Amino acid sequence: MSGLMEYNGSAIVAMTGENCVGIAADTRHGIRQLQTVSCNRQKTFQVTDQCFVGLAGLATDVQTLSQLLNFRMKLFTLREERKMQPRMIGNMISSMLYEKRFGPWFTEPVVAGLDDNHKPFVCAFDFIGCLSTAEDFVVSGTTSEQLFGVCESFWRPGMNKDELFETLSQCLLSGVDRDCLAGWGGVVHVITPDEIITKKLKGRMD
Amino acid sequence: MDLLGAPKRGMFRDFAGTGAAGLPNGCDSISEARFALPAVQDPATFVETHFSPGTYEDNGKRVKFSKGTTTLAFKFKGGVIVSVDSRASQGSYIGSQTVKKVIEINPYLLGTMAGGAADCLFWERNLGMQCRIFELRNKERISVAAASKLLANTMNSYKGMGLSMGTMITGWDKKGPQLYYVDNDGTRLKADENKPYFCVGSGGTFAYGVLDTNWSFDLSDEEAIELGKRAIYHATYRDAYSGGVNNVYHVQENGWVQVYSDDTYKSHDKYSAEREAAANP
Repeated sequence: MSGLMEYNGSAIVAMTGENCVGIAADTRHGIRQLQTVSCNRQKTFQVTDQCFVGLAGLATDVQTLSQLLNFRMKLFTLREERKMQPRMIGNMISSMLYEKRFGPWFTEPVVAGLDDNHKPFVCAFDFIGCLSTAEDFVVSGTTSEQLFGVCESFWRPGMNKDELFETLSQCLLSGVDRDCLAGWGGVVHVITPDEIITKKLKGRMD
Repeated sequence: MDLLGAPKRGMFRDFAGTGAAGLPNGCDSISEARFALPAVQDPATFVETHFSPGTYEDNGKRVKFSKGTTTLAFKFKGGVIVSVDSRASQGSYIGSQTVKKVIEINPYLLGTMAGGAADCLFWERNLGMQCRIFELRNKERISVAAASKLLANTMNSYKGMGLSMGTMITGWDKKGPQLYYVDNDGTRLKADENKPYFCVGSGGTFAYGVLDTNWSFDLSDEEAIELGKRAIYHATYRDAYSGGVNNVYHVQENGWVQVYSDDTYKSHDKYSAEREAAANP
């Protein structure tokens, strides 16, 4: 794929637990792969009270797409007077991405949320909108291969919110330790029916 | 029509050689290790198009090299400080965080490693051998100038063949502390009063920034070591392809000593607190 996918660097992972779901992302913002310009780039965005979207890839498209997403969410609530379910958000993102089939957004989103029955939902996309759901975890960004490896070893079914937080954090930190383009700190959100737990991670700064 | 495998004469003076069989005898020939060449009319062009590394990405080339690095060395009144990181990257993948990028050629000569790991390791070991043979023949240690020239000659003989290395050769000889830069183009530069330091590798520009603001010839040993650490820390922070452990060596009159070796991550709190204090006095 295009080098634009590796231009800024990112690592995003979402995981399911028992009646909870979590998403973690690194915070590096790099330029032309080499230079690190900031360590607080936002890559995860809250779209409803029970759903987050993570956007890995080209920073400019991440920002624009997050604003577009925000607009679509607001429009939906105004028209329908109800909340979008995570699965629906997934389908919407899929069609938004495919709309730009011949001039794509250079971003690979990840959705993590709880539906009305407190059932966790995670899914990921390629940059032109092919949606794939998973029962366990999804990954995205330049660190995706490393994240697949660690998550495959550490994820197990039925984790509670604390175990989920720990697993997400350790997977993210171990993953970015093998990627030049991501890291420099991280952020983890765990979504439960009653609360959203957000914590910042202190990572290696090299 | 040329026969396959017959390299153009004059193109690789040193190693396409005279066609004499067996190991070379003279001192000048010791660097002439013989390597099998591709059986094409113009091996240099063939190797350049198929096997040579790109700057930071190997676009469509068959061979990938590990390249990201920050290494620096500077002269000061107490000798030479050599400070390096320890990351080996293959593309954006971190292959290792514990590479020894200072090559101890012998107890009074150090070389640094940037570019292809295998190229640096092999040719600096080869240089160690040539230096030892010089010592046995002449009953005195080789000067740093001569040692670096041996390496530069080797590099020159393989020019255009896709070797990848940027190295600093340093040591203390009859004329005092010496520092040279040698790379795969055959470039050989001497550090002097006007140019007292070199930084090599993708993080080199960041390290130059730190050295340009803080270097002075009259640094004490402690200050100089601290400057070496600081420059590498900032390079590992800003440069994606540098990181891991910071190794610092001090070249003294009686040979080199390793003065520091620790994870750059541990320095982050100290330097970021310093920066914050400077921003909010």
